[in-house]
Amino acid sequence: MNILGVSAYYHDSACALIRDGNIIAAAHEERFTRKKHDPRFPHHALEYCLGEAGISFCDLDHIVFYDKPFLKFERLLETYIAFAPRGFRSFSTSMLLWLKEKLFLKKTLLSELSLHGKREDLPNVLLFSEHHVSHAASAYYPSPFNDAAILTMDGVGEWATTTVAVGKGKNIDILQEIHFPHSLGLLYSAFTYYTGFKVNSGEYKLMGLAPYGTPRYAGVIRDNLIDVKNDGSFRLNMDYFDYCTGFTMTNNKFDVLFGGSARLSEEPLTARHMDLAASIQTVTEEIILSMTGSIARDTGQKHLCLAGGVALNCVANGRILRDGAFEKLWIQPASGDAGGALGAALAVYHIHCGAERKMADGVTDSMMGAYLGPAFHQSEIESKIRSMGAVFKVVTDEELLNRCVDDLIAGKAVGWFQGRMEFGPRALGARSILGDPRSAAMQTQLNLKVKFRESFRPFAPAVLREDLSQWFELAVDSPYMLLVADVVEEKRHPMSEEEQMLFGIDKLNLVRSEIPAVTHVDYSARVQTVHKETNPLYHALITLFKEKTGCPVVVNTSFNVRGEPIVCSPEDAFRCFMGTDIESLVIGNCYLEKSAQDNKLLLDYKNSFELD
Amino acid sequence: MEFIKEFISFLKQRKKYWLFPIIFIMVLFAIMLIATQNSAVAPFIYTLF
Repeated sequence: MNILGVSAYYHDSACALIRDGNIIAAAHEERFTRKKHDPRFPHHALEYCLGEAGISFCDLDHIVFYDKPFLKFERLLETYIAFAPRGFRSFSTSMLLWLKEKLFLKKTLLSELSLHGKREDLPNVLLFSEHHVSHAASAYYPSPFNDAAILTMDGVGEWATTTVAVGKGKNIDILQEIHFPHSLGLLYSAFTYYTGFKVNSGEYKLMGLAPYGTPRYAGVIRDNLIDVKNDGSFRLNMDYFDYCTGFTMTNNKFDVLFGGSARLSEEPLTARHMDLAASIQTVTEEIILSMTGSIARDTGQKHLCLAGGVALNCVANGRILRDGAFEKLWIQPASGDAGGALGAALAVYHIHCGAERKMADGVTDSMMGAYLGPAFHQSEIESKIRSMGAVFKVVTDEELLNRCVDDLIAGKAVGWFQGRMEFGPRALGARSILGDPRSAAMQTQLNLKVKFRESFRPFAPAVLREDLSQWFELAVDSPYMLLVADVVEEKRHPMSEEEQMLFGIDKLNLVRSEIPAVTHVDYSARVQTVHKETNPLYHALITLFKEKTGCPVVVNTSFNVRGEPIVCSPEDAFRCFMGTDIESLVIGNCYLEKSAQDNKLLLDYKNSFELD
Repeated sequence: MEFIKEFISFLKQRKKYWLFPIIFIMVLFAIMLIATQNSAVAPFIYTLF
């Protein structure tokens, strides 16, 4: 049975295809169209999924959209009525959109889908799954557990913003929901907006900024913005938020409470913004821990599965793990709305069709390392980059690894393009830029010359799983870079008294450990464990790096620049290579050096993409 | 027609009969909209809408 899941029209549209419950392919539309967070119908991702599965459009047994537009419309109407007469401008704007387009989503979907093949039964094949059911299914069904508690948290779907469920065998039972406008995701987004970052993409930045500050506003947030009950359920004080009736996240009362208006994106970041980031991160973690503690007590489950945008808060995830309320934790790597496409497909298979779930072994998930996107054959790679004028050598795997490791040791940034592309927002060693973590200058070099992004943003370490505990205070797999843990004591460099006096971004250039490029100012790191079973070549590369340097860790960041989707094809990789200070690039078995390329092919890449 | 049937069935299933008059006004609103042919622009906080 072939089932296609579709997520579209809000942000990060994507498709996922499953066959008899096995995940065959999944991809974000943005990777093909090269438009970040592309919300349009995912035609390219759909064609890719069909091609990967070797089937035609008519072979699909079900197609499922990841949320229910009528329910969302109901929520909009009821929200506006609840706040009327306030919010008329927002009401009229959104109603225009709904009455012209979104209310007729089924018709739109049928029309878009029919471009991929004519079939009479299309209206019967098309199904709709609830937003948080899609998230819950994406968290539970691919997990390595036979039964687990499920927690999904995001901005908002239809009504639900937080959902607690239990998965057992093929079933998911929803136990509790928190409804709009009370939303942990929107609370975090409100601070993202207030500190001058873009809602729905700047949340990572806020999380990265938090360790530079002190949580001196946490009390103000707890006392005024949110009422948290003992079981972790919460209500926001809507007096301070504008998102139900206006076009911004926060209002004047919020500005007064925090002593100033929202930062504009071009304004400099100050200690106050860092303290705000630290404060909302602290409060978010407290609420999540309160919820997970209560869920563990109420359900008696030993395993927890997470999904929804808030589950990408890897600092909070690390705290859930250390808190110990659950023995094991599994987080869907595509926790945002793109992953809803996969969850919706799995929900149709197990819930709608009633198909049994395969027994899990408690260790291995069914995401195949999240390498679910397109791969390119060596001959295809050579032909594509040759046609672009690239100068390259074709080398054996052994030579490729040696050259890459030597380049890393020489302090070069290496573009690494191998195998199937990742599904989800993280690059995990298929479309990555790699660097030497021992270099004190690497973080600034990568941020400013390669990624063209803010200097404070941290990089993540990719570490051999077998060496994990010698370098990080973490004892479990973290293949999707969704857990934050501290560098072990013995690898840290203690701060001098003078250094301790520094605050904010002044701490950035301090050498905090033996791997300073991936050690954040609070000694934390967003760890990716690398496994031989899911990515043998990447594992071999880091193993060779360890043999030559004694360090089983490399810097891993996504292969793109600020505002650009992660590269998908060899052509994308070559363009990014020629537009940045990446010094060498490997695509399959092709090895490229920047110095060998024709200077006429250099690109002005810095201003090619709208900033996120 | 199919859409109207589906929407009525949705309101019945959700027992939201009180939304009917609002939907009626919405229909008038839609007619006015089509008559004036204004463009619909997605608002800033797109997740909510």
